[in-house]
Amino acid sequence: MKDFKKLWIGLGILAVLSPIGLLASGDTWGEWGVEAFKKMVGFIPKGLARFSGFWRAPLADYGVPGTGDVLGYIISAFAGILLVVLATWLIGKGLSRKDKGDVKG
Amino acid sequence: MHIPDGYLSPQTCGVMYAAVAPFWYMAARKLKNTLTTRTVPLLSIFSAFSFVIMMFNAPVPGGTTAHAIGGTLIAVLLGPWAAVMGVSAALFIQALFFGDGGILTFGANAFNMAIVLPFMGYGVYRLIAGSADKNASRYWIGAAIGSYVGINAAALCAAIEFGIQPLLFHTANGTPLYCPYNLSQTIPAMLFAHITVAGVAEAVVTGGVLIFLKKSMPALLADLRKEVQP
Repeated sequence: MKDFKKLWIGLGILAVLSPIGLLASGDTWGEWGVEAFKKMVGFIPKGLARFSGFWRAPLADYGVPGTGDVLGYIISAFAGILLVVLATWLIGKGLSRKDKGDVKG
Repeated sequence: MHIPDGYLSPQTCGVMYAAVAPFWYMAARKLKNTLTTRTVPLLSIFSAFSFVIMMFNAPVPGGTTAHAIGGTLIAVLLGPWAAVMGVSAALFIQALFFGDGGILTFGANAFNMAIVLPFMGYGVYRLIAGSADKNASRYWIGAAIGSYVGINAAALCAAIEFGIQPLLFHTANGTPLYCPYNLSQTIPAMLFAHITVAGVAEAVVTGGVLIFLKKSMPALLADLRKEVQP
């Protein structure tokens, strides 16, 4: 882990800089909220309305309740990095062989 | 490119889960043979990199946004099967905690971004880089071009999944039940955003990280070359 220090620091820097991603205005094509369809095509497709709320994410849109957009985005970035590292670490530890050669950083 | 829940019919979602399942199984089997205790941290780091780089939305002319994904980068560094696992993990965390991409549509999103993207990117990279030394410019140029092709192939798949919805799933009078846009609308829209902006961002990120690694951690690239045999 120490060998990859530069890479971990790089991830931290990206997390802090992530609110740059908030500057671009507008939705991503195909990722609009349900209500947007009324304006775009004049109606909300029935199935779309039915399934769009299938899952309620705790930090929806990378926002943290009680914080502003920018701080919430940064916290989300760090939380997401942590969760992805944890998930891949668990998968990797479960799969990896312990007897193979080392990679140096 | 993160398809939200509701945009695809449950049938489409089921088919996409069925399509990715064998890839996840194969990835687990392949990684069992190739991952080592020292490449696991790298898989974690670059999967997290993929997660955070997707937060950098860039403006697309016409008022929408798009972002890089970094899947080809993982494929070039750790092999395409590592990319399948790494990007799938990032997409799963995005869907579960941040509502970026749906849970029902997770199979479709994983198919586009965690399977089509890294395999297409890796294939093009191999065509261009061949057995070139990791110090040769063909290495990072091949990876950058591969990543550009990969993300556009993924966008095309997403566009097709969106676009077949009104054809296949509508009410008796033809009113769409899910994504209301057809192929002639979804394909130009998705490809425009990825050919002009997201693809370029993906190529810059992929090439940039490889040049950074070559300059500041040359031993890592040399070791990975010996270690990772796809």
